[in-house]
Amino acid sequence: MRVADEIKNVADGIYKSILSHKSPTLKTPLRSLQNVRYDPKLGYFELNGKFKARTLTASTVKTFAQTLRMMSLSKQLIDSDDIATKRESYYVSKNWGDARFHEQMESDTVMDDIEAMLMVNREQLGFIPEEKGGEIAGQLVVIDKDTESGKELRIDCTKFGSGAYSVPSSVEDLKFETKASFILAIETAGMFQRLVKHSYWKKANCILISMGGVPTRSCRRFIRKLSDEMKLPVYAFTDGDPYGYLNIYRTLKVGSGNAAHINKYFCVPNAKFLGVTPQDIIDYKLPTHPLKDVDIKRIKDGIKNDPFVEVHKEWKKALDLMTIMKKRAEQQALAQWGLNYVISDYLPQKLANQKTWLP
Amino acid sequence: MENTAVELAKKQREIGVAEFFSRNRHLLGFDNKKKALLTTIKEAVDNSLDACEEARILPEVLVEIIDMGSDRYRIIVEDNGPGIVKAQIPKIFAKLLYGSKFHVLKMSRGQQGIGISASVMYGQLTTGRPAKILSKIGAAEPAHYVELMLDTKKNAPLIVKEEVKAWPKEHGTRIEIDIEAAYQGGSQSVDQYLKQTAIINPHVQIIYTNPKAQQIIFPRASSTLPKIPEAIKPHPYGVELGVLIRMLQDTESRTLQSFLTGEFSRVGPGTAKEICSNAALLPDTKPKAMSVQMAEKLYQAIQKTKIIAPSSDSISPIGQELIEKGLKKEINAEFYCSVSRPPSVYRGNPFIVEAGIAYGGQQDKEGQINLLRFANRVPLLYQQGACALFKSTVGTNWKSYGLQQSNGSLPVGPCTVLIHIASVWVPFTSESKEAIAHYPEIIKETKLALQECGRLLGNYVRKKERVGDELKKRGYIEKYIPHVSIALGEIMKLSKSEQDKISEMLKEVLEKSRGKLDDMEFDPEANQEYDEEMARIGKDEEEE
Repeated sequence: MRVADEIKNVADGIYKSILSHKSPTLKTPLRSLQNVRYDPKLGYFELNGKFKARTLTASTVKTFAQTLRMMSLSKQLIDSDDIATKRESYYVSKNWGDARFHEQMESDTVMDDIEAMLMVNREQLGFIPEEKGGEIAGQLVVIDKDTESGKELRIDCTKFGSGAYSVPSSVEDLKFETKASFILAIETAGMFQRLVKHSYWKKANCILISMGGVPTRSCRRFIRKLSDEMKLPVYAFTDGDPYGYLNIYRTLKVGSGNAAHINKYFCVPNAKFLGVTPQDIIDYKLPTHPLKDVDIKRIKDGIKNDPFVEVHKEWKKALDLMTIMKKRAEQQALAQWGLNYVISDYLPQKLANQKTWLP
Repeated sequence: MENTAVELAKKQREIGVAEFFSRNRHLLGFDNKKKALLTTIKEAVDNSLDACEEARILPEVLVEIIDMGSDRYRIIVEDNGPGIVKAQIPKIFAKLLYGSKFHVLKMSRGQQGIGISASVMYGQLTTGRPAKILSKIGAAEPAHYVELMLDTKKNAPLIVKEEVKAWPKEHGTRIEIDIEAAYQGGSQSVDQYLKQTAIINPHVQIIYTNPKAQQIIFPRASSTLPKIPEAIKPHPYGVELGVLIRMLQDTESRTLQSFLTGEFSRVGPGTAKEICSNAALLPDTKPKAMSVQMAEKLYQAIQKTKIIAPSSDSISPIGQELIEKGLKKEINAEFYCSVSRPPSVYRGNPFIVEAGIAYGGQQDKEGQINLLRFANRVPLLYQQGACALFKSTVGTNWKSYGLQQSNGSLPVGPCTVLIHIASVWVPFTSESKEAIAHYPEIIKETKLALQECGRLLGNYVRKKERVGDELKKRGYIEKYIPHVSIALGEIMKLSKSEQDKISEMLKEVLEKSRGKLDDMEFDPEANQEYDEEMARIGKDEEEE
């Protein structure tokens, strides 16, 4: 009920402001890299306290109305103990006449604003994401509940054959049993498939997780819980390009600028970067592609604005090296030396030598 | 060789001016049948207006075109002017280069003394008929009727018939010419010419009967005659060497000093002495005794000496007020502005440029702007592309004044631009007086006038945009405020009346800060001057 009360408080403030002939204001933390700080001891991006105050004027009245209507929807969901996906919420807005959203992007942004304004997770507002949270294979038993009977369900992640277990959208109530010695978080489904197919998890005694690009919140939360509760180290294995470094790995480890108010719970501060590093591209003589303009821009932006890169000089050096090389390489480029080179040589060599990793 | 020269000598003889122009009739504006009709009417009407104004009579001009079949038209133009004394009638109407205006430097419609005689000659060439003139100079005088032809070899009038007639009119002149012509509507038509003449000369009344026997009256809108322009002597800068030599021969002055002060404007004793000393000539040199070399020295000395610009008393501009009034009459727009530039000088001739703009309202938004050109109160309908006024318009950057424009063409937008140049001598590119020559001074002045108008236009267009944005924002307020109330109502469980109260108060709060707004909606009824029927003249027949 706490969130519903918060919503009521905000509404009440606006109401009173109007009754006293003042233009009401909504205050939300600024959601961008500019407004986060990074303390490596803490391990995640923290909000820096910059706010944007949206005062109701002719030019803000539309977003203002939409934000309030979205908050009203959230309160209805909480009051009736229901949920709506982000997409469903967008469709609900189609009943709002002129205040309706034209693209889901618009409603997602308003949703993120409300989340940040109330400093809660969107699930607490009754909104759940569309996207799935990643795939798991390996030495892990997930303890869930049967949705109908509520009885305990033990899911053995070694028993999916060539398939995998999907991370659910809500992971808070899951429990784990495992004897694995580390978690390997992989960028691409293709690489994950290869490692599953050859039962790499058995060989290395680990848990394999496919992130499928930038990890979703539930995927990050799942890895965090698993790592915290089972005291497992987390190693990230992505493409050797700025997107893999600054979007996928950085978000996994310290969270994002966009949802900084919840990073504390939705990141994995003890994650380490195993590869593919720029040095790996040289050491393993990997076939490369030239950097695209967006890659170069991303590197420049990261060096200039990303507090994470600022703190970790090793990352700055790695990005500088990539800038000089003007090249990037994909995970699958290891197949140059044989399809299973990644299992027989690359991963064992990398795991044995943590000096080649990045923080 | 010698023989050839002798042979050739037999063929070599003088070319009569009338012979020359009868072969080169396009130089006078008779290149096709449609244009011949316009040129004839234009020359006659211009003469009538000049004569009336000079005599300080409010002009009332009757124009009638009668379709006589097989491309023949009878043109009748009658005025209430001072009339012409009997002895002058033949020369004025049937001798090229005979007139009162060529030797006098003051603003007038006619200049060379070619126009009406050329029309008479054209009529005679195409229909074989003489022109019929009737003129009366006062109530007590008889009206003289003359039928005239032009001897093209001699450039001299031939009187076909001559008699005294009764004419109830107190004074005035009537001319009747039969010519081969074609009558068409549209932007280069007689209708358009008469309409524009009426717009730019509000003191004139024109009663026009077209070939379909429809009578159109352009009523007088102002009973004030324009200021009489004063004749001025030539300015030294405007005189070429040949003219200077002739003037030295013709003068009655005994000394160079008195020649300079007496025959030119803006030359006082001081300036005259300076010119003489610059020319290394004694001020008491006898002008008639001066050699060509001495004249040349004098000419060069004049260019070297600083002489103040000629007086502009010789030109009478239309004035900002009348320009705007004229535009309002013709175009139902939402914004009007006009500019009258201070006098300037090209080649020693003073001139004034005036410009006006009508923007928006019922004008076409997609097409190029409509350019109306006038010279000494006469509308210019042909050869727009060759005209300095057109070049100046194209060369002005209209983008900064809120119109679209691609390089080297007229701007695009709902806009009419009027330009008037008034001068003691308007430099036309040809005798048909359709386009103004590209003197840099004229182009510069025209651009300055357009820029001045343009800035006013730009202010208006930008203000309109601002108000438009503001209205959009206010629309936003109306649109979204109810949603704020609904959402608050849902969250706080408010009643419908409480929600309405929030909407009400919130609207007050938001609009309190926005202030009053000028109404910039176009109101088609606001322009009291607009004459819809008149505006249509010369437009809807375009397709015929």
